[in-house]
Amino acid sequence: MTKIGGVILAVAAAVALAGMALHRHEPINALWIVTAAVCVYALGYRFYGAWVAARVLAVDPSRATPAERYDNGRDFVPTHRWIAFGHHFAAIAGPGPLVGPTLAAQFGYLPGTLWILAGAVFGGCVQDMTILLLSTRRDGRSLGQMARDELGPLGGFAALIGTLLIMILLIAVLGLVVVNAMKHSPWSTATIFATVPVALLVGVHLRRLRPGRILEASGIGVALVLLAVLGGGWIDHHEALRRLFDWPSLPLAGFVIGYGWIAAILPVWLLLAPRDYLSTFLKLGTVALLAIAIVLLHPQIKMPALTSFTDGHGPIFGGKIFPFLFITIACGAVSGFHALVASGTTPKLIASESDVRLIGYGSMMLESFVAVMAMIAATLLDPGVFFAINTGAGVVGSAPAAAVHTISSWGFPVTVQQMQALAHQMGETTLFARTGGAPSLAVGMASIFGSTFGRGLLGLWYHFAIMFEAVFILSTLDAGTRVGRFMLQDLRGHVYAPLGRTSWYPSVLISSALVVGGWGYFLYVGVIDPNGGVNILWPLFGIANQMLAAIALSVATGILVKSGRARYAWVTLLPLAWLAIVTTDAAWQKVASADPRIGLIAAAHALAQHLAAGALPAQAAAVAPQLIFNQRLDAWLTAVFTAVLWLVILDMARVCVRKLRGLPVPASSEAPYRRARLQPIALAGNFPEEGST
Amino acid sequence: MRRVLRSIGRATAAAVRLVRTAAGDDAYERYLTHRAVTHAHTGPALSRRAFYEERERAKWSGVTRCC
Repeated sequence: MTKIGGVILAVAAAVALAGMALHRHEPINALWIVTAAVCVYALGYRFYGAWVAARVLAVDPSRATPAERYDNGRDFVPTHRWIAFGHHFAAIAGPGPLVGPTLAAQFGYLPGTLWILAGAVFGGCVQDMTILLLSTRRDGRSLGQMARDELGPLGGFAALIGTLLIMILLIAVLGLVVVNAMKHSPWSTATIFATVPVALLVGVHLRRLRPGRILEASGIGVALVLLAVLGGGWIDHHEALRRLFDWPSLPLAGFVIGYGWIAAILPVWLLLAPRDYLSTFLKLGTVALLAIAIVLLHPQIKMPALTSFTDGHGPIFGGKIFPFLFITIACGAVSGFHALVASGTTPKLIASESDVRLIGYGSMMLESFVAVMAMIAATLLDPGVFFAINTGAGVVGSAPAAAVHTISSWGFPVTVQQMQALAHQMGETTLFARTGGAPSLAVGMASIFGSTFGRGLLGLWYHFAIMFEAVFILSTLDAGTRVGRFMLQDLRGHVYAPLGRTSWYPSVLISSALVVGGWGYFLYVGVIDPNGGVNILWPLFGIANQMLAAIALSVATGILVKSGRARYAWVTLLPLAWLAIVTTDAAWQKVASADPRIGLIAAAHALAQHLAAGALPAQAAAVAPQLIFNQRLDAWLTAVFTAVLWLVILDMARVCVRKLRGLPVPASSEAPYRRARLQPIALAGNFPEEGST
Repeated sequence: MRRVLRSIGRATAAAVRLVRTAAGDDAYERYLTHRAVTHAHTGPALSRRAFYEERERAKWSGVTRCC
């Protein structure tokens, strides 16, 4: 039976993929992409995922998991696999898979979609499942600890530095996305501001009024943020009030930076935890709604399969399709960040090793599907409109007439009237040069939701989408700053012991300020950059994220070889090799390319020459020295990432070669076998309400 | 008719339980049941508030959210 099902799936996947690839000169329907994706995932899960779990990882349901061995009813809790799946998916799914595909849509819908599917099935899903199982077998140790135990101190240190840097870049780029969405948009700004007091209210409710009543408090919170979307619209129509919320990007960046610092030093329960509950419910709800709406509406994809920008002169970011597509879309295909979640929190919930395929492989498939939906939302827009929203003023000029002229000359016709009408429908004053991906995604989502659930409400849907993205970007910003702080305190504790105490308040203040200062700097430079900043920051973040994935895959490969399964090591070695090639090539081009649209040093040099020749307008000349400094700094940072990446790979190779030659290697840190005795867990237990126990 | 209503009621109750479990709304009840079943505990049970506070602290001292 399963064989027949597999054959049917394979045929359906082949037909859908061929349909996608062959419809070159006519618009195709989004359902082709959805069908291809679902069939590829089903095949990957049923065959490759199952094979990797059984053969390569030797998943053993008879082996007791840490959740069973340390079951304390608190953090170690054997959990039904679907509930654990939900928690793990909510933890790994952030704004990354929404932004990356939107930017990568400049190459056309086909390359990004194919990479999302292949990268997930052979790379990301395998990485997540492998790290999840390895950590489960090691009492839920973190990736950094596993790197230290299994490879040596070098690997552990590299993982720590890598995580800290990636966190800083991630927060900077996400902050930039939010700032660009709020820029001169009173409706968005008012709505996003209003989510802060709503979160505080939910926090007080959960802590003081009715402790732990998560559903009740979140229900109230979600209702209030939906009201905030309506309220933002009301403010936008109010002449005096709207001026209060109409800000350029620089003060908004200041607001985000100040907010980040305050959120990181406030107690968790007041702002971070309640915001996270809100963002989780909104995220799951919106993803489900988007999937339903795409299937119901089955829109036409208007972007060509491939654009001419694959040759490297793309307006959203410079660089050829190889290697830059593969670092632009990280989340959704392979994301090293997931290895941090898969080692640590989730293993404490796993009831049986046989659940890791659903939780590890399955959650990543769903995340990948979110990326596919983001790609659909970006490519169903008129390509001219898509480029007008996502191209910085530095590329096409800040005058609308000049911008539409340039964009139309690329073969993507668009008019000023069209853009004005669209902005008016969405309740915005302008949609030109709204870089960062969030506004164009929101326009795409609003068109899908609007066409499916009511056309007249486009402005509401647009701002709902902006609010939805902002809420979980801000919760990533809070949580990331806090994680960065813990890591920094850990590092500095070696220098002066009190600085390492995570609860010592002066240490909290200083460490938080350092982390916020780190990402705040990149956010500030991104804001003053006339090209929008995302074009520099996003590739840097992509390189960092793929570097972290390479570290995770190195740890996995090393452990496979050490445990005598070298003949299966290609399962993690192949994605590792691919990531090492694309990341190194991309990093090399970012540092050394002579094209100032790609190479950071070349860009700094070109800008310095323009500045010296007095060829820059006064405004650009004022910020030029900072941009030049920043481009050089970014080049150095890229070089550091590459060095860390290769250090870990060589360290892993050293350990593997020693093992294969029979020389001593660090002992395995796997916990000893104990037979599982756990009974199957009910999906939802019947627990009496308060009072009766 | 009554049978249909009763099964709808049962399905609704199951759905509510599922959502409560998924959201962690019944974590405290689970904790108490766990103590009652295993007997492997020392000292009195945590209060609802203390339990919730500790859960939050544990949750937010590691990487729990991602890009």
